[in-house]
Amino acid sequence: MSNNQNHNESLKTVPTSTDEFIKGLWRENPVFVQVLGMCPVLAVSNTAENALAMGVATAFVLLMSNILVSLLRNFIPKEVRIASYILIIATFVTITDYVIQAISVDLHKSLGAFISLIVVNCLILSRAEAFASKNTVGKSIMDALGMGIGFIIALFSLGAVREILGNGAFFGFSLFPDGFQEWVIMILPAGGFFTLAAWLLIFNLIKQKRAQS
Amino acid sequence: MNKQETIAPNSFKMIRAMAGIGILCGLLIVFTYEGTKPRIETLRAEALKEAIFKVIPGSTQMQPYVYQDNTFKPANKSDEDVIYAGYDDSGVFKGLAIVAAGQGYADIIRIIYGYSIDQQEVIGFYVLESKETPGLGDKIEKDPDFLDNFTDLDVSLNEDKDALKNKVTTVKSGSKVNEYEIDGITGATISSRAIEDIIASSAEKWMPIIHKNRSIFKNIDNE
Repeated sequence: MSNNQNHNESLKTVPTSTDEFIKGLWRENPVFVQVLGMCPVLAVSNTAENALAMGVATAFVLLMSNILVSLLRNFIPKEVRIASYILIIATFVTITDYVIQAISVDLHKSLGAFISLIVVNCLILSRAEAFASKNTVGKSIMDALGMGIGFIIALFSLGAVREILGNGAFFGFSLFPDGFQEWVIMILPAGGFFTLAAWLLIFNLIKQKRAQS
Repeated sequence: MNKQETIAPNSFKMIRAMAGIGILCGLLIVFTYEGTKPRIETLRAEALKEAIFKVIPGSTQMQPYVYQDNTFKPANKSDEDVIYAGYDDSGVFKGLAIVAAGQGYADIIRIIYGYSIDQQEVIGFYVLESKETPGLGDKIEKDPDFLDNFTDLDVSLNEDKDALKNKVTTVKSGSKVNEYEIDGITGATISSRAIEDIIASSAEKWMPIIHKNRSIFKNIDNE
């Protein structure tokens, strides 16, 4: 059914590769529009550095799994497709985990359990299911890059706000004089919800304004 | 009968797909594991070394020891349950660093602490691994008042030298009176108690045997 829908859509608009790339950044931004993958968005966006690292790790897994799913799309029968996608995603998550450990012990320490949780990030699975399994490798790469960068931007904009308000710092550098009272709540989970809500509000306001004009 | 026949070729395709992907993924993981292993090990060893020098003030060299046959011997790479002796530039013994772990609020907490044989005190403390709640439990890593506890925490032995004189205990923040008490963190009670448990049980285990064999650590091993 969804296959049909997709088919009709592509007949109407015939999106180019650039469209596939652009859509993830703004029109179908995974966090601000689709509200997907909220677990890492809320949990690991407490500092700008963590958010950036998590965003890049997720984007990498997304890109690699999209490529492989797209390559194997005619080889995987639809009955076992979800299991296959999870297997592919889990593999790249494990690889990412090793690579991060090889880059920095401290970074791995601060991302902790959330690296392994990329496996169940519904953003990645949804791109594999809704896009990569039905499109060519080239388009899948563009889609993954767009969605990945959209995810990085979203995580980073949350992380930056939370770190500035919660720690009074940006990338670990103190921004305010000694008297600054940190908003501890901003680095706690609740702060993640507040910041996400604020960004969603801003995003939707801009969208509304655009639609009106 | 008929049904089975139509399913049969399908399940072959499924098995082929799953097995194929499984093998491919397995290979990818093994290659990455092998490729990153040496670098990860060096980084870990470096981080541990840094932590050892941090918890034994004044130390710049270290020698791992393992406890075997009732005595301490210089440890090999493969030995587990190792303690580290720290020395300064001229080879003077500064103290021991001991790795300990225990259940925290979120997950296992791994710490390393420095021990001075002469003072019979904990002289340094560093969290190697913890997944405690950001902003609350993770204060065990950063809170300066809490970390102050471990610059001179009393873990001296009783007269028989077979157990600690006073058990390490956590008290409410700001009410520390005795040298063997840990000033807890408000809002991180479970995490600070976890640290107490980890240090107390590790001290109970190591202090008596370290004390018995203390002469071993006095000279730097020149091998």
